[in-house]
Amino acid sequence: MSKLIVTSVSPGTSVQDVGRFGAQRYGLVPSGAVDRLAMAAANALLGNTLFAATIELGPLNSVFTAKGGAVRISLTGATRPADIAGTPVTVNTSVTLADGESLNLGVARAGTFGYLAIEGGVRGEPMFGSLAVNARAGLGSPYPRPLQAGDELLVAAASSANEKRIDLPAPAEGPIRVVLGPQDDEFGDAKELFLSSEWKISATSDRMGYRLEGPVIKHLHGHNIVSDGTVNGSIQVPGNGQPIVLMPDRGTSGGYPKIATVISTDLGRFGQTQPGRAFRFKAISMAEAQAEYRAFAELLQSLPGRVHDSNILMLDIKALLSANVAGTAVSAIDVETWQAPQPADAQD
Amino acid sequence: MVAALSPPRILPSGDAAITVEFSRTIDEEANRRVLALDKLVASAGLAAVTETVPTYRSLLVHYDPLQIGFDALGEKLTELALQPLPEAKAARRWRIPVAYGGENGIDLEDVAKALNITPDEVVARHVGGDYKVAMIGFTPGWSYLSGLPSSMQMSRRQNPRLLTPPGTISIGGIQTGVQCLAGPSGWHLLGRTAVRTYQLGRDPTFLLEPGDAITFAAVDEKTFAEQDRAAEAGAFVAELIAS
Repeated sequence: MSKLIVTSVSPGTSVQDVGRFGAQRYGLVPSGAVDRLAMAAANALLGNTLFAATIELGPLNSVFTAKGGAVRISLTGATRPADIAGTPVTVNTSVTLADGESLNLGVARAGTFGYLAIEGGVRGEPMFGSLAVNARAGLGSPYPRPLQAGDELLVAAASSANEKRIDLPAPAEGPIRVVLGPQDDEFGDAKELFLSSEWKISATSDRMGYRLEGPVIKHLHGHNIVSDGTVNGSIQVPGNGQPIVLMPDRGTSGGYPKIATVISTDLGRFGQTQPGRAFRFKAISMAEAQAEYRAFAELLQSLPGRVHDSNILMLDIKALLSANVAGTAVSAIDVETWQAPQPADAQD
Repeated sequence: MVAALSPPRILPSGDAAITVEFSRTIDEEANRRVLALDKLVASAGLAAVTETVPTYRSLLVHYDPLQIGFDALGEKLTELALQPLPEAKAARRWRIPVAYGGENGIDLEDVAKALNITPDEVVARHVGGDYKVAMIGFTPGWSYLSGLPSSMQMSRRQNPRLLTPPGTISIGGIQTGVQCLAGPSGWHLLGRTAVRTYQLGRDPTFLLEPGDAITFAAVDEKTFAEQDRAAEAGAFVAELIAS
């Protein structure tokens, strides 16, 4: 059977899917990918189910090597230099590693997490319906911890499918949108300060929480509340007034007041924001947030339809050329200046 | 006459969860209402509700916004929360063995000094309490119990410890807790239990449910060590003394 060998690996690299649900009442957090759109796109490129387990790649260099046969993979998420034996690999495409070939991944240039999907998905033993790594709880498969050099993932033999690319909408820009609450009434004027200030993500952030650097957000009645439940994107404010945005490996409950919650649609974009880069928050209404939620669900479902053969332009030209040859009525096509009928298909 | 129940606060926790808040403080009555609402939501068969998380004073309800909006679910939850509380039924009760003091409970002496009583009296008071699982949270199996005798309540440590052992039994403020995995804690460590509230591969994986009653029983170090070996092999769980 083919294997994908972890030859070297960035810190913060682990197997992730959408996570495990139903046991938050026992203190078990779902975990799962930080950027679900990128994860689903990686799966769509290979014809996998959208939420199959992928490798969530940390921002530094990694090398993955095929062994025992060809391995078909895809790469999405953070943009970064990548190559196979010097031939560049573009983000948002699939590619096949021949036996012994390595995918070399450089440092992320924009974004933090990349997603490497494997044709047929990562193989492992689901626990509570998920392969997602939660090292603290000893969960995750095939390894219940972040990946290490020398790890081996069993994979299906590569199919002979054409290589693909996926056309994703341009990444949204602008402020990270939040819904205020559940404890925004614990903050007086500080709420305005939170929304009007520029923030940066601290380098000490991880999959449990992103610490923010900016002005001190003061509580009205002190910072100890009685623990209550948390969600992905909860923005809690501890005693030092520097907010922490809770990420997929958060604690299921927390005892600091939560001023606002990042909307589901923006969780991936927020999670990809690099430490040190300035951004702002913007409060939107619940109705707007839930409309965005529906639009995001539609975007996810549209992913398989956004996948095209990487060489579709060439194929079309060949088809047109042969049509011309057969028809004799039209002049030859100038390949150099040929324009694709659909601009969306012509980005590469 | 039963006093009418006050409506809970319906608070947004983002676009896919609602916090139903009954109280801002730790309050036995609020916790009863949380656990009652948790049961009602489960039995109401609301398809849009994906998961609930009971805590001391609130119920966090995760839901699918594709199926129901915030306002409609908020109204439904308010309606359920105002239903009369069921008669208090006898809960399942577990006996949890604890090796108090020594290296298993490194704060026992200090707690005794702070309370101006002997270590044995600390143990006697802790064992004498009648406890209920108010919530499970933070990390898998970490069970927060209400019912700590008021004579044992003391503020948390100034400096939380970054690592405390698995199975730690500790007190903090007006609570006591059963911790499953090793991890950080700012509470005072009284002892350790061999009981795994969370154990992979065991059925059930999670031993305790919110609402369960707990009795502690003191055991010596040797018994703890034996029970710990047995528990590691999956052979020992807490003793169910009433169900």
